[in-house]
Amino acid sequence: MSSTEQRTQEFLEFVQAGGQVETDDWMPDEYRKRLIKFIEMHGNSELMGVLPERDWILRAPTLQRKLALTAKIQDEVGHCQLIYRVVEDLGKPRTQCLDDLISGKSKFHNVFHYPTKSWGDVGVIAWLVDAAAIISQKALLKCSYAPYARVMKKVCWEESFHILHGRDTVLAMVTGTPEQFELVQEALDRWWGPLMHFHGTPIPAAEDPMVHWRIKSQGNEEARQQFLEGYVPQILELGLTIPDPALRRGDDGVWTYTEPDWDELMAVVTGHGPASEERLAFRRLARAEVDWVSKAMLPEAA
Amino acid sequence: MIFEVFRQERKGQPFTHGGSFHAPNREFADAYAREFYARRQESVALWVVPRETIMSIEEFPDEFDLKYRRVDGYSIKGRLKEARERAGTAPA
Repeated sequence: MSSTEQRTQEFLEFVQAGGQVETDDWMPDEYRKRLIKFIEMHGNSELMGVLPERDWILRAPTLQRKLALTAKIQDEVGHCQLIYRVVEDLGKPRTQCLDDLISGKSKFHNVFHYPTKSWGDVGVIAWLVDAAAIISQKALLKCSYAPYARVMKKVCWEESFHILHGRDTVLAMVTGTPEQFELVQEALDRWWGPLMHFHGTPIPAAEDPMVHWRIKSQGNEEARQQFLEGYVPQILELGLTIPDPALRRGDDGVWTYTEPDWDELMAVVTGHGPASEERLAFRRLARAEVDWVSKAMLPEAA
Repeated sequence: MIFEVFRQERKGQPFTHGGSFHAPNREFADAYAREFYARRQESVALWVVPRETIMSIEEFPDEFDLKYRRVDGYSIKGRLKEARERAGTAPA
């Protein structure tokens, strides 16, 4: 065994035993690469996730909702900023992250590749997409890379407001007119598929390289089960219908459901979703328009 | 320029590291720190520090095994027992 191999083995045993790594510590190249790719995609998703919500600032039904939505957007962009800083300290500059995002080289989360059709979508996204996200993010509090785990504390704390804002929005609509109730049901019908895709293919945790390096502390299916266990009852008690006739909870507490279309997930995250191109085009435009601000503010960007 | 942020949640508590951000100067750093770390009153005070001014120290070798500076350098159990026995104050 070469000394690098031995060092890698020791590193692996350290992180698998719950050890945490800091920026300046030695780490295997593969670990660093996987961290950068994963954390960068998280940062990208925070940034791209505000675009569907941005569309609704001017169309929010009340001033209070407009302010709450704007505050959520500010939070998400702040998360992007924090998360890109973690990537930067691992060796990839923020400008490179932004370049790779708009060129389509790096990815962002599946749920942000879909269009929004009504205010019902805004409620369902803030409630259920953020609920799915907080399950993944809470598991990252135990990430073997400590700077990322620390940032996740602030992220999770702020996401908890978003879930309440979303649930409150949904509750206002389901207790409103039949038309408002129907807007929520239609939004749930649209978002159920992407929500079931959200935690990824049910790759066994033992075979998941992200779990292997303890970047993630739970497997994909475990996260999805947690989402179903927590939120299906909350959806059903409002009189809403979940568009999956096969969805049920077994006596063993395990949820079964119609197998999601994993080809669709793959197509969507590689930039072939219904809104992928439009969102990236907007991000490109925004980047070009504010380029002068970066140059004026950050001498190193000039 | 990168600034590191240390935040205090309540008066009397220690400052803990919160994260970092880019800012061109102290004026912007002040504004960003307020926006990022105190807009929901989650901090009562912030320390905002240019990263390059932080001195980081990480290696603490203990070649001489200076255990007498730590609590694990003292094992009083046996001696205390003996002292109590001699004094006749040992618990029954």
